[in-house]
Amino acid sequence: MIKFDNVSKRYPGGHQALNQVNFELVDGEMAFLTGRSGAGKSTLLKLIMLMEKAQQGQVFVNGKNLNRMSPAQIPFYRRRIGVVFQDHQLLFDRNVFDNVALPLQIEGYPKHEADRRVRAALDKVGLLKKEKMLPITLSGGEQQRIGIARAVVNRPKILLADEPTGNLDPELAAEIMHLFEQFNQVGVSMLIASHDLSLITRLKHRILTLDKGRLIQDAYHTATVPGAGR
Amino acid sequence: MNTRKRESGAKQSQRTARGALQSHWQQHLKTARESLKRLLSTPTASLMTVAVIGIALLLPSAVYVSMNNLQALSGGINVGSQISLYLNEDITDEEAFQISERLLQREQIASSEYISPAQAAAEFNAHSGLGDVIDALENNPLPGVIVLSPSSIDSAAASTLLEELSHLPEVQSAQLDLQWVERLQAFLQLTQRASTGLMLILALAVLFVVGNTIRLAIEGRRAEIVVIKLVGGTNSYVARPFLYAGALYGFAGGVLAWLLLSIILLSLRGPANELLALYSSDYQLQGLGAANSLILLTLGAFLGWLGAFISVRQHLSAIEPR
Repeated sequence: MIKFDNVSKRYPGGHQALNQVNFELVDGEMAFLTGRSGAGKSTLLKLIMLMEKAQQGQVFVNGKNLNRMSPAQIPFYRRRIGVVFQDHQLLFDRNVFDNVALPLQIEGYPKHEADRRVRAALDKVGLLKKEKMLPITLSGGEQQRIGIARAVVNRPKILLADEPTGNLDPELAAEIMHLFEQFNQVGVSMLIASHDLSLITRLKHRILTLDKGRLIQDAYHTATVPGAGR
Repeated sequence: MNTRKRESGAKQSQRTARGALQSHWQQHLKTARESLKRLLSTPTASLMTVAVIGIALLLPSAVYVSMNNLQALSGGINVGSQISLYLNEDITDEEAFQISERLLQREQIASSEYISPAQAAAEFNAHSGLGDVIDALENNPLPGVIVLSPSSIDSAAASTLLEELSHLPEVQSAQLDLQWVERLQAFLQLTQRASTGLMLILALAVLFVVGNTIRLAIEGRRAEIVVIKLVGGTNSYVARPFLYAGALYGFAGGVLAWLLLSIILLSLRGPANELLALYSSDYQLQGLGAANSLILLTLGAFLGWLGAFISVRQHLSAIEPR
C-alpha cells in the first residue's frame, strides 16, 4: 500500500529530514510512526501527501510512483487519502457538517448522497447531534473528531494522522486511537505519527521509529524503544 | 434475466451521469451564491470596488452615446449648408440677378446672393494672395456664382433641390457645400479614435481594480485555500469562487454605469430637446438601447472575470500546503 524505497529528503538550508528510509506498509495494516520532534515523522507523512518531494529514492502508494505524478494529478491522488492533522485544519467560517462535507463537495457528489455520507461519518465519531455548530464552539477533542470525520468521509483506503492526540488528555487520546482501530478493522490502512510512546505501546501494532531522519527500528509493540522520546 | 440486468445497469450509469452533471451545475450555482453572499457581507468595500468599476465603464459609455447622437444628428440635418450654382459664361450680371431673384421666390430657398465674376476675382485676390495670377490672365476665368441657402435643414430635401437646380439651363454646375457637416464628421472620427483609446485604458483600469480586490480576497482566505488543497481541491475548484466574485463585481459595475448613464440622459433630455427645437428638428436624444445595454453588462462581467482570472493565475498557485 505504502512503500518507501531508500528515501532521503533534505530541506533547503541543509537539514537532513529523512535519510535512506526503507519500509513497506501492506494493505489493511496499521502502524505507528514515532520518534522525537524533528526526527522526520511529519516529513515522512508530507512525502506521502505530496506536500513535499523526495530528492532521493522512491515513494510508492497503491503501486504508483509519486515521483512521476504531475501537479495536475495531485488533487485527485489526495482525494484517495484521508489525513488527520494535529492542528485539525478546519474551516472556522462554516459549521461542523459543512467542514466534513468539504471533500465530497470538491468531488462533486450529488447532495443527497453527500448528506448521507456526512451523517454516517459524524455518527461514527459521535458528533451527529452537533452538526449545526461552529467548530470554534467545540472542545479540542471534538474538533479533532471533526477532522477525523472529514478524513474518512469519502472512504479512503489509506488514513494518515500527524500527532492526532498531541493536544488531548490521555483519556481522549485513547478514545481517538480506539476510533482509528475501528477504521483499521474495516480494512483501512493506517499510518499514525505520534510521540506518545506510552499510549502506542499499549496498542499492539507495528511501530516504526525514526531518529534524525533514519529509520532505526521497525518492530511490533516493543516496550522500550531506544532513541525515542519519553 | 441477463438482458434485464444489463438494462438496469445501463439505466443506472445513465442516472449517475446525469446526477453528476446536475451536481456540477448545482455546485456552480452554489459557488455563485456563496460568492454573492461574501460580497454582500462586506458591503462598504464591495460598493467601493463596484463604484470604481461603474465610473470606469460609465465614461466610455457616455462618450459612445454622445457620439451616436451627434452622428445621427449630423446625418439628419445640415444647418448652415449652402448650394453654389456656377453659371454659364455667357450669362450677364443682369440676367444673373434676375435668376437669383426668381430663385428666391421658391419656397425651398431661404436666401440667395449673386457673386459676379468681378466680385469673385476681388475676393480671390484678397484671400488667396494670388491676385497677380488672375491679373496676368487676359480674361477673368471665374464664373458668376449664385449662393443659396436651403430653407429646410433636412439633408434629403437639400439633395433634391440640388438635383433640380443643376438642370436649370443657365447653370453649368451646382454644388452642395456641407462644410459644417464635414467638419463635424471629421471631428467625430477623431473623437472616435480618442474614445477607443480611452475605452482600452479604462478597461485596463477595471482589470487592475478587480485584480487587486481579488488578490486581497485570496490573501484573506489563504488558510481556507490550504485546507481545500489538502483534501484534494483542484486549482480550478479553488479559483472558481474568485472568478465568480470578479464577474459579479464587473456585472454590478456595469449595472451602476448603466444607471448613472440613464440618470444623466434623463436630466439632459429636456434641455437637449429645447436646443434641438431651436434648429426646428424633431430629433430625440437617444439612450444606449437594449442591445448596447446588454453589451455593457456583459462587458462589465467579462472584464471582472478576466481581472479575477489574471489575479488568480498569479497568486493562487503560490499557496500550497506546507
